[in-house]
Amino acid sequence: MAHADVNPAASPRAGHAVALHRLAHARAGDKGDRLNLALFAYEPHHYDTLVEQVTEERVLALFAHRGASRVRRYLMPGLAGMNLVIDDVLQGGVNGALNLDGHGKTLSFLLLGMGVTLADDAL
Amino acid sequence: MTFLLGSGAGFSGDRTDAAIPVVKELIRRGQPAALIFETLGERTLAGAHRALRDDPTAGFEPLLEELLDPVLDDCLKHGIAILGNFGAANPDGACGVVAELAARSERGGARIGRVHGDDIRARLGEVDLERWEAESRELPGEEALISANVYLGAAPLVEALELGAEVVVSGRVADPALFLAPLVHHFGWAWNDWDRLAAGMMAGHLGECGAQVTGGYFADPGCKEVPGLARVGYPIIEVEEDGSLVVTKPAGTGGLVTVRTVKEQLLYEVHDPANYLTPDVVVDLSAVQVEQIGPDRVAVRGIRGKPAPQRLKTTVCYEGGWQGEAEISYAGPNALARAQLAAEVLRERLTFRAPPELRSRLDIVGHASVFDSDAGDLQRSVPVAASGDYRLRLAAEHVERRWVERATQELLALYCAGPAGGGGVRRQFQRRVCTASYLVRRSDVEAFAALFDTTRFDTTLFEPNTANEGRVAHGAR
Repeated sequence: MAHADVNPAASPRAGHAVALHRLAHARAGDKGDRLNLALFAYEPHHYDTLVEQVTEERVLALFAHRGASRVRRYLMPGLAGMNLVIDDVLQGGVNGALNLDGHGKTLSFLLLGMGVTLADDAL
Repeated sequence: MTFLLGSGAGFSGDRTDAAIPVVKELIRRGQPAALIFETLGERTLAGAHRALRDDPTAGFEPLLEELLDPVLDDCLKHGIAILGNFGAANPDGACGVVAELAARSERGGARIGRVHGDDIRARLGEVDLERWEAESRELPGEEALISANVYLGAAPLVEALELGAEVVVSGRVADPALFLAPLVHHFGWAWNDWDRLAAGMMAGHLGECGAQVTGGYFADPGCKEVPGLARVGYPIIEVEEDGSLVVTKPAGTGGLVTVRTVKEQLLYEVHDPANYLTPDVVVDLSAVQVEQIGPDRVAVRGIRGKPAPQRLKTTVCYEGGWQGEAEISYAGPNALARAQLAAEVLRERLTFRAPPELRSRLDIVGHASVFDSDAGDLQRSVPVAASGDYRLRLAAEHVERRWVERATQELLALYCAGPAGGGGVRRQFQRRVCTASYLVRRSDVEAFAALFDTTRFDTTLFEPNTANEGRVAHGAR
């Protein structure tokens, strides 16, 4: 699974899958073959939903097709966000990849295409 | 008294008029200030070494003159120190350009400090090397090695400022160290005052990518609006003696400084936020707080520091053979099917027209490209749209140029021998420089600053210190 399986334009509704993009913003950074994705809830009350659903396992699955070997998640509750560190996902990194985007800068939006489900009380 | 750090560029290739409003604002405020140009990444360092190999007068920031020319006079006149890692692989070359620009300025010259010690290529065989934790590449043999540059800390930059440098030119230093150095110089912070050093490093971290903290690289229409992106203001970081930070930008510029813009930059390229490694301090962001204290003013608090790491990161550049790219477009009805057919044809051609070790990748831009794997998994799984505007891209890599030429020539041949309606063919080649990250012992690195020899200009301007005086070596920080 490596692309959004939800309508990215849908408004958040309880019990329905929405793209993470509706709830959160993100930025990618690279060092060598390691990528970090900093992810922040727009609204602090959505932070718990992110913590519950944007797990290391799901992120690893999202980037599996790129050869990702490990995901570590660092929670930053004070920023209503988290830092996801993904190893071996850049196919050689900025000086070794054949990908147009060797930095992996666009990959923040691959993450934001992930589907999340909102509980009634998280709206 | 507040010290102001202005950013004039956040990467090589950044807007060359960005520093102008920043310098105007620094002058208007009349507080002690420095202007920082951060123009050296892993990609640019490799590119600079590649350029230096082809031309011994190249290898430093190609836009240096364009970046400095509009602001150098004003900075010299108002005592705003300029620091930049625009020396890249050839700091002496960059110093020469700065000296020439300064000679043409109203002042007729400037005191230029040059940082030495990041280049350890000659001693790579002698020093104790440890592989960086996320590095999987072995170092190549001596014949393929091009360069090795240590990420230096702020100490040699501070030394340059102590020598009276008005413009400090470095090669590889940790980007945020360019910002920390004028703070250490101005406030006299001790090298074991970890919390202050951490705050100064984070001032640098927030400012080092230029507009990335003031609304650049942030806009997402309908979700994150940014006013005036075409004239986005580059950051000014206000720093107090106790390490308090406020991120802001020049009045009257585009962009915005909000809790959101600052948070995105705060964790940019960070791994473990409780242990962000820099040459001078390990930064702990676990208790960091970000607060909007006014329009386009965000305070960052709670940054803590821990003792500096024992090892310094080193970027090793080595020969990476040749890389080539070629592209062709298909548009209109059934375009995707034609692009996919073109890709299949190319794949098949390469099985018998290129050697098996040729590494290649095919993207269909408009369908699946940057998110995809080298194997093209997404191209096969993403739902197909029949018509549209697609561009087939081949990237190929081999030690020998001729095979990259051959492979990309096969894409060109799709013009007459591929599917209907292909057009807009382009191709390019380049020698590739690969990089690997290793760690060296701090004690193996000797970093220092010296004044650049500007004797061919009027050095009487620079009394009492003249060129190359006060050259003091010490262990790098």
